Amino acid sequence: MKLFNKIGTRLIIAISLTVIIIIGVFAYFNIQSHSKNLISEVERHTNQLSETIKNTMQFDMLQNHRDHITRVMNSVGEEECIKNVRLLNKEGEIIYSTDTTEIGTMLDKKGESCYVCHVENEPLQKLPIKNRSRIFRIHPDSSNMLGVINPIYNEQSCWDADCHAHTEEQTVLGVLDLTVCLKEVEKVVNESKMDVALFALIAILIIAIILLILVKILIQRPVRDLVKATNYVAVGNLSHRIKYTRKDEIGQLADSFDNMTRKLAETRMQLFQSDKMASIGRLAAGVAHEINNPLTGVLTYSSFLLKRVKNNPEMKADLEVIVRETKRSREIVKGLLDFSRQSTPKKGSVIIGEIIENAVDVISNQLKINHITLEKKCDNHIPKITADANQIQQVFLNLLINAIDAIGKKGGLIQIATKEVSLSPYGVIQIRNAACPKGHSLIDEEHKIEGMPSIKLKAKSETNEGFIHLDPIYGKHQDHYGIQIKDDEIVRLYCPQCGISLVDESKLGPNCGAPTYSLIVPGQGVIEGCTKFKCMWQKWDAVDNAGDIKFVEIKIKDSGCGIDEKYLSKIFDPFYSTKGQQGTGLGLSVIWGIVNNHKGKIIVDSSINEGTTFTIHLRVDND
Amino acid sequence: MTNKTYDILIIDDEEVIVDAINRIANFNEYTTASATNPRDALRLLEETTFNLIITDIMMPEMNGFQFLDIVNQMNITTPVIMTTGYSTLENAVEALYKGAIAFVPKPFTLEELTSVFKRGMEYSKIFDKYSTESDDDNLLSIVPCPPRYSRLGFDSWMNEEFEGTVKIGVTDLFLNSVGTLDTIELMSIDENIHQGNSALKIIDSNEDMHQVLAPISGKIINVNDKITENINLLAKDPYFDGWIYTIIPFSLEGEVEKLTSCSSDI
Repeated sequence: MKLFNKIGTRLIIAISLTVIIIIGVFAYFNIQSHSKNLISEVERHTNQLSETIKNTMQFDMLQNHRDHITRVMNSVGEEECIKNVRLLNKEGEIIYSTDTTEIGTMLDKKGESCYVCHVENEPLQKLPIKNRSRIFRIHPDSSNMLGVINPIYNEQSCWDADCHAHTEEQTVLGVLDLTVCLKEVEKVVNESKMDVALFALIAILIIAIILLILVKILIQRPVRDLVKATNYVAVGNLSHRIKYTRKDEIGQLADSFDNMTRKLAETRMQLFQSDKMASIGRLAAGVAHEINNPLTGVLTYSSFLLKRVKNNPEMKADLEVIVRETKRSREIVKGLLDFSRQSTPKKGSVIIGEIIENAVDVISNQLKINHITLEKKCDNHIPKITADANQIQQVFLNLLINAIDAIGKKGGLIQIATKEVSLSPYGVIQIRNAACPKGHSLIDEEHKIEGMPSIKLKAKSETNEGFIHLDPIYGKHQDHYGIQIKDDEIVRLYCPQCGISLVDESKLGPNCGAPTYSLIVPGQGVIEGCTKFKCMWQKWDAVDNAGDIKFVEIKIKDSGCGIDEKYLSKIFDPFYSTKGQQGTGLGLSVIWGIVNNHKGKIIVDSSINEGTTFTIHLRVDND
Repeated sequence: MTNKTYDILIIDDEEVIVDAINRIANFNEYTTASATNPRDALRLLEETTFNLIITDIMMPEMNGFQFLDIVNQMNITTPVIMTTGYSTLENAVEALYKGAIAFVPKPFTLEELTSVFKRGMEYSKIFDKYSTESDDDNLLSIVPCPPRYSRLGFDSWMNEEFEGTVKIGVTDLFLNSVGTLDTIELMSIDENIHQGNSALKIIDSNEDMHQVLAPISGKIINVNDKITENINLLAKDPYFDGWIYTIIPFSLEGEVEKLTSCSSDI
């Protein structure tokens, strides 16, 4: 990337400019006041000096010791920074000067040294101290000069003196003009200008370094990781996670990104699975067709032969075996076709015991080979359930095959037990109707969750606003969120039609203490739930009080190798297999899907080297 | 136009199947001709008369259903038996809906095909009589299924009753093709039947077994025990007292599409 295109560079340039402007303005005013102070200090000094000279000369003037005056002025003028000391009489004639060439010349009243008093026709009689100084340049290249004029006022001693040079009427007798150079002041000001420039430079450098580090930590690194992650996703690696623990905006973006990849991965898995099942279906159909044709040859010819060898009992017996076995093959292929049929589950009233019996028949041979004892403890009085017999048989078959695989060749025990149980309606009952306090229906027929119309609510979080769709199954929480919400954030819920709030601030949930929402179920009381995003609490008194629901419980327990606890949560995921190359990893996910389609539950419990127990609950009065 | 008459036209893209069917036909003393694709078969149909056609469904170029459509367009009344290795319920229902008299899934045994051939020949005779309209008395011998009823091909009928239950029975044409009824094997209450799957078996006096395919899917809630006691009741009144099952249908709406309304029969 070009240097200028980087966020860091741009930030540094912008902030450097700001720093330069701020320091520049600050320095201007600072130096201004600094030089003003310095000049006024010099001014004060010069005034003092001028006053000192005047006072020193007073006696000499009264005594009219002109050579003394000249000597004093000359010795003062020898000071390095004192440019000029001169004494002017009232008419503007230079009487004394350290620059002897000037002596005797007249000064123009409009000249720089006279201007302050002679700005108007009538000269000022009194001049305040602050107006006595002036700053000027002798010629453009020279440094600034400070001139201080000190008027010499008439006093009694002057007109009383022996020389009688001045009369009593005069006010100002002359002016002492002292000119000093400001080289030192300018030097100090220039030095402080340099200091400020240096300071600005160092400040910019330090800010740039801090910015660089901050940008690198706060922006560049996470952005680079995000870019890397998007590239991973682009090439199909959906298991990559950024995993930022930071809570700032970039952290949120990373969370959101991880969330998106996770969802994408899930969707892809589902797609894979359905695609794989469809392929298996097509394959099975194709294979069935291909095998059935040669089987037709075998079956017709053998049954034909059987008709013709009625008088040969030995041959007849052999042919009967061929016919019987071919018919068995026919049933196997038929089973394959039944399996591949992608039609909707054909639910009927089924007796669980019979289905288990059928499944056990299929695997009886494998049980024998693996020296496995099968124990059945089936309650014969359990009610029938509404289910697809084929699918439920597939569930048992898969679980039994898994159990056999888990036990292996060394032999063991598989126990199957069925009984009728009563369980809480939590996670089972479908919410078919829900309304806001004003009676607007919240059921959204368009947006379905697992095939059932969802409950649509308007949601507001701290930063977001949008719609969420609640799972219509009481307590199941397969909710769909239209907006991004943080885990422990409280979501405000409103009716999407009238906007009335569904949250009761005063009523707090028992689990996390956050406010609860309530939805009205016409005729069936109220459903309450927690507004905290990750809190799963939900309560439906009317249904809870109606009592438990009857289920048929089927337990399949094996004495096999068991499943490590850390894998237990994964075993129902599609393509998760512990059988390596032998398994597709689809068996348990298909089982889960079937049980879920039957509104049932499947629970797994396992301990290493002791065995695994799968417990399935299927509704008795399934609707 | 027609100078030759054969009993059965066999169509299958696999020689071994054609040969196998041929042997079963010959065993039953039927004369046969065969084709390994539907185009050759149509050519044969132009110059030859057949009493019965047996055709595969899955064939390259033209499948059995397309062939059946063309045969129907040509106004050939020869009854058609369909067979396939891809023996799904959907194919079975589709075959009967399109006018085939029977669907035989592969692989089949000599006995299974023999019984279907026998029925086919009977259909052939009945259809001939209808098309020539020579004998009015014989016309009356087949009782058409009443209006408001629906039927799956010529096999079975269904009639929706009040309270959502459905009665199911066998058509008179099917019974006529079977000939003399001997025994009937029914399923029991609470069992499920599926559209296109065998719902009952009828055994004739020659001990040949005939399968009747169910018109719709559902759970059997009642079985007419009277017909197991007296099978003649079935032949006497197949549409009312001779009903077979009362069922609760699983998905009536979708399945009715593949049934023929009996009101068009009269």
